[in-house]
Amino acid sequence: MRTIGQALAVARKDLAVELRTKESFNAAGAFAISILLLFSFAFDPSPEMLHQIAGGLLWLVFAFAGALIFNRGFARELPNECLDALLASPLSSGSLLLGKAIANFTMLIALEVVSLVVFGIFYNVAWTFRAGELAIVFLLATWGIAIVGAAFGAMTVNLRLRELMLPVIIYPLLIPLLIAAIELTDVVLYSKQITPDQLLWGRILLAFDIVFTALAVALAETILVN
Amino acid sequence: MTRERVSIGLALAAALLLSYDLYQMFMVLPDEALQGAIYRILFFHAPAAIVGMIGYFAALTFSILYLSSGILRWDSLSASIIEVSLVFSCVNIVTGSIWARIIWGIWWTWDYRLTSALVCVLIFAGYLMMRRAIEEPTQRARLSSALCIFGCVDVVIVWKSIEWFRNNHPSPVLSIRTGGGTMDPAMERIFYLNFLAILMIAIALVLIRTRQEAIAREVDSLRRFANAV
Repeated sequence: MRTIGQALAVARKDLAVELRTKESFNAAGAFAISILLLFSFAFDPSPEMLHQIAGGLLWLVFAFAGALIFNRGFARELPNECLDALLASPLSSGSLLLGKAIANFTMLIALEVVSLVVFGIFYNVAWTFRAGELAIVFLLATWGIAIVGAAFGAMTVNLRLRELMLPVIIYPLLIPLLIAAIELTDVVLYSKQITPDQLLWGRILLAFDIVFTALAVALAETILVN
Repeated sequence: MTRERVSIGLALAAALLLSYDLYQMFMVLPDEALQGAIYRILFFHAPAAIVGMIGYFAALTFSILYLSSGILRWDSLSASIIEVSLVFSCVNIVTGSIWARIIWGIWWTWDYRLTSALVCVLIFAGYLMMRRAIEEPTQRARLSSALCIFGCVDVVIVWKSIEWFRNNHPSPVLSIRTGGGTMDPAMERIFYLNFLAILMIAIALVLIRTRQEAIAREVDSLRRFANAV
């Protein structure tokens, strides 16, 4: 319980900073909308084509825009040695990492809601029919992206070429999660019947979230020791 | 010195075994009934994949050993193994693509084995890139070990996730997987011998790379000492 409390305190701090500056969200939001716009011009998708690519398009947008958020997660602690202060504080490494992941998760969910509204308007897709199921898919997949983003944001924060290294490392790791999220989003978005095979994708999402959260917390000390 | 002798001995033994295998493959074994001559690529394609996979999980073991002991030698060993495994994974992908082009008429398909092999290469290429980007040896070892653990776990998830929806890859043919009757015993014998030769090459390369890593570590500590003085 103490770890969760500390993690929420870190997340509250990060979200308060973000609410004041809006530096990550504005950049990621503008980037997401630009990609949605460019895709529309690049492929001019017909409604039939959209049935096949909608999930992929959305999750690529979220993953690319997410990298901008993750890059800032730990990097914003570098000026004035704030990261050292956080590490020297009574916070456990696990709760610091979880707190960053919760902040990433909240920002990414906000970005996804905005992108989904824009997507619905630009591509003329009604996505509200099965909003509950869509929300479950989004929450599960977004947590996976957020925890990986936080762990690798911490790993790369002190590296040369930080902005380049983070996407190079996280995208291959996110492949199973993105495949599962794309498959399920396509099913839910176009009100197709969920088959037992497709339920396996839900299990993949859940397994990915549990395994990577456990790994990130277990390795937090290793990742964050300065 | 002993390590050098072992690596030279292994390389020589591998060269001899490989020469014998090549002779058997091209001069003794007949063409395969359905695939013709191209089936011989299997003698390199599958062993390279197996050696690569063994390497990644050996590297995982050494990464965990480094994290629990803090001995930099384990990290050097892990990094050397990943470098060599990456080379064999690339051999696996390239030979598989050549086979696919001739048998299927395409260079690539998003089959689960192909995809997981490619994901493996991408993850561990990222691992090597990250190592290059970190100057300080302890930090490099710590973060690389963590990434290796994340990477190996991810490879397992990728394998399971893609297995459920795409599979064009030929089924296993070795008798240890099928119980026999799918591959001619003479061909299977050469397969195992070639696997052994490739494994010996991999171990020799790892020993050479580990020695180079140890020298690099020594040079680095001397440079730091000189800077401090």
